[in-house]
Amino acid sequence: MSGTLLEVRDLSVVFDGFRAIDGVDFTVEQGELRFLIGPNGAGKTTLIDVITGLTRPASGSVRFEGWDLVGRKEHEIVRMGVGRTFQTSVVFEQLTVVENLDLAASFRRPLWSLARRRRGVSAAVEAAMATTGLDALAARPAGVLSHGQRQWLEIGMLIAQRPRLLLLDEPVAGMSGEERSRTGELLVEIAKDHTVIVIEHDMDFLRRYASQVTVLHEGKVLVEGSVDQVRSDPRVQEVYLGRAEDRDKRPAGGGRAGAAGEGRTGSAGAEPAEGAAVGSAAGEVT
Amino acid sequence: MEAIVNQLPIGLSIGAVLLLIALGLTFTFGQMGVINMAHGEFIMAGAYTAYLLQGWAGRQAVLVALPVAFAVAGLMGLILERTAIRHFYGRPLDTLLLTWGVSLVLQQLARDLFGAPNVQVQAPAWLQGGLGILPYNRLFIFALAVGSVVAIWGYMNRTSHGRRMQAVMQNRQLAAVMGINTGRVDQRTFFIGSGLAGIAGVALTLIGPVGPALGTYYIVDAFLVVVAGGLGQLRGAVIAAVALGLLNSYAEFWTNASLAKVIVFVAIIAFLQVRPQGMFVLRSRALT
Amino acid sequence: MTATVRDAAPVAPPAPGRSWRDRLRGPSVFVLIAVLALVVAPLLLEPFRLGLLAKYLCFGIVALGIGLAWGQGGMLTLGQGVFFGLGGYAMGMYLKLHDAGGDLPDFMVWSGVERLPALWIPFENPVFAIAFAVVGPVLLAVLLGSLVFRQRVRGAYFAILTQALAAAMVILLVGQQGLTGGTNGLTNFFDLFGQDLAADGTQRGLYVVVAAVLGVLYLVAWQLVRSRFGRLLVAIRDGEDRVRFLGYNPATIKTITFAVSAGMAGLAGALFVPVVGIISPALLGVVPSLELVVAVAVGGRFSLAGAVLGAVVMGYAKTSFSEEFADGWLYLQGALFILVMTLAPKGIFGLAATLRDLLPGRRARA
Repeated sequence: MSGTLLEVRDLSVVFDGFRAIDGVDFTVEQGELRFLIGPNGAGKTTLIDVITGLTRPASGSVRFEGWDLVGRKEHEIVRMGVGRTFQTSVVFEQLTVVENLDLAASFRRPLWSLARRRRGVSAAVEAAMATTGLDALAARPAGVLSHGQRQWLEIGMLIAQRPRLLLLDEPVAGMSGEERSRTGELLVEIAKDHTVIVIEHDMDFLRRYASQVTVLHEGKVLVEGSVDQVRSDPRVQEVYLGRAEDRDKRPAGGGRAGAAGEGRTGSAGAEPAEGAAVGSAAGEVT
Repeated sequence: MEAIVNQLPIGLSIGAVLLLIALGLTFTFGQMGVINMAHGEFIMAGAYTAYLLQGWAGRQAVLVALPVAFAVAGLMGLILERTAIRHFYGRPLDTLLLTWGVSLVLQQLARDLFGAPNVQVQAPAWLQGGLGILPYNRLFIFALAVGSVVAIWGYMNRTSHGRRMQAVMQNRQLAAVMGINTGRVDQRTFFIGSGLAGIAGVALTLIGPVGPALGTYYIVDAFLVVVAGGLGQLRGAVIAAVALGLLNSYAEFWTNASLAKVIVFVAIIAFLQVRPQGMFVLRSRALT
Repeated sequence: MTATVRDAAPVAPPAPGRSWRDRLRGPSVFVLIAVLALVVAPLLLEPFRLGLLAKYLCFGIVALGIGLAWGQGGMLTLGQGVFFGLGGYAMGMYLKLHDAGGDLPDFMVWSGVERLPALWIPFENPVFAIAFAVVGPVLLAVLLGSLVFRQRVRGAYFAILTQALAAAMVILLVGQQGLTGGTNGLTNFFDLFGQDLAADGTQRGLYVVVAAVLGVLYLVAWQLVRSRFGRLLVAIRDGEDRVRFLGYNPATIKTITFAVSAGMAGLAGALFVPVVGIISPALLGVVPSLELVVAVAVGGRFSLAGAVLGAVVMGYAKTSFSEEFADGWLYLQGALFILVMTLAPKGIFGLAATLRDLLPGRRARA
């Protein structure tokens, strides 16, 4: 697999005068696992929102396999093969796990065939359950799942869609350490045969699972490269880790020897605030 | 040409009444997610207040009734909010059905108290006649609406209560975290919104008879004003109410009365194709 | 409020792993009710009562559509009376023309109409009339639904728009005296397909037709609800925006469902006219439309059976109470509704579950 899958050119998004994204160029090759990082308000989620049709850009283009995505509706973009998850997982609480997955897997069926009842479990759903380890919970309503399980269900629904490009928005936010590791392994597993873009704050997670990283800052691409390149870049340390260090000064007692480690705690500290903002947004989704 | 001019005061005064009614609806809807079908009965209560005050104030009843009707309808709204609606915040469809039950009871209550036939309220002598083609009663209603809008605008932008109200409307949770007593703000909004419906009721006595079903004739159109104007939007409500009032009266005049409502409905649907969330809308990054 | 999950719609029981007894319970109850309705009731009830029951079952058909659109799909439609009316007037026009036998219908003569309006001519054909009773409402719902849902107008906005449509429809019908019979509507029907409409046998036959139509439509709705389409509908109700990211267009699914519910209401209207003998604006305006929604809420909006039951029970209650004390009915209806919305938001059908949740220390049945 090779060749360009996603090509974002000179993209700008403006919210009431505020430039959330400002002239971003961004390219993802077939089969890549790309991490998208940056401080709060860097424009990471906005970028994903534009790619998936949720937000309209002021200017610029988004090309997926050569097709322009700008102006298309959300479901049309999904049908072209771009799938995403949300920061706060949104699953259908009244439906069971297997029903959630089955709906995700069924959108290519002709409309009239939806009037038939689901019999058994399709291969795509079976695979998604196996990958995410949700088999045992298949008949449970999604409303009773734990936070981590919901995140996995959302990733499972994404896999069941069989998209060619997966966009994951902070898949490990709010997860416990063990859940994080399991999600990381899941990610690596998925990335074997999918092209994946992950937004993630967690530096530790990044170090363990990322290869290619794009750093966004104030709506612009700051640096792009391997994890090591990015980590050693002084600009990144200044805007990303430096900020984290400021916040950590009191508890950590100063010193910037373990920059990456501090980045981790720093980002963990930033999470609740962003989580809260996202919570209200997700409240409107449901 | 003459017709255009003649219909103007009628359309404007209908728009003014719709505006008085819609103001309360748009703020309770925008701030609390409440669809209050009993709002129409607050109009009716205001109109009957004027009717009752005739015995005491004679032909000046309308003037005396304005503050009294505001208080009566406002109190009714407050009671409704405290006893029932507040348990249903954020569930507009449930409040719609709940308050419809309330509306049924209030209508029947009015029928039992005042009788089913319509009653008349005598307009003050100084409201009879007119200025050229402008009848004084319609001018009065128009002035009433203008005055109310100015008062509401001042309240929202010039008082701390009003600013709190805007804060709650924009982000209830954040406002609560900032130490605003949202329950108190909700009560005030409900009182004022319902009170305005009472004033609308008094205004309606100037252009027609009063009956138990008075509110039902206006509530649907007032809701359309909310839809077209945008939730919780003062500017939107003003423009939409005037536009709807004018469209209604011209459509009635040029086609015939029975087609007017259909034309208004089609116009609203067409408008929503261009502005699905109404004329003005609070922008946010949140998913809608 | 820790009970958010419980406050929401009841969770559908998981299909796999159910015992045969559980699987057979639904169908056997259905068959039992079908036998009661189609065989026992016509034998036991006197013609007058049977006619009333047929009327309630017509409302039950509308309620079934409301249960589908609102209970399952979250679309609170306050304008079902419009569709009911389209069906009713289509049937009424045919019956009028049939009775007039080539002359003008009586009310047109009274209002000074001299030639049969062009709008009426196709309704001389019964097949056209009955087809229109279903297709007309469906087309109107598709038109309105696609315009409105495509623009993501929903929830309360949709409810308000449907209500405005009902209000506009009534004013239109009342105003067009010569075309529609005005406030009186269409009434004084004598003959249906050569049968005397007043005869007991005709009424009994009509009852059986209504009950059978309701049964068939119930099965259609039930199949829709348990299919993928039904799961998708629930998903749209609970998270329309999320559904887009599963690759479906919610507007299409909602429009189809709305159209199905409109078609049901139209058919119910067409059946209602020969059963009750009248169709008039008072039967399809804002209030009757809301009354049916109320009935569905009282019965239990989240289950199709609850919706139908609610319509039948409320229809019965209305008749019997307004026979005794006409004014009291409005108080009672209002009060009942306030009580149901506050104490049992899932309606009579969901009452058992609601009570179970209220009892402390009671374990929910597994």
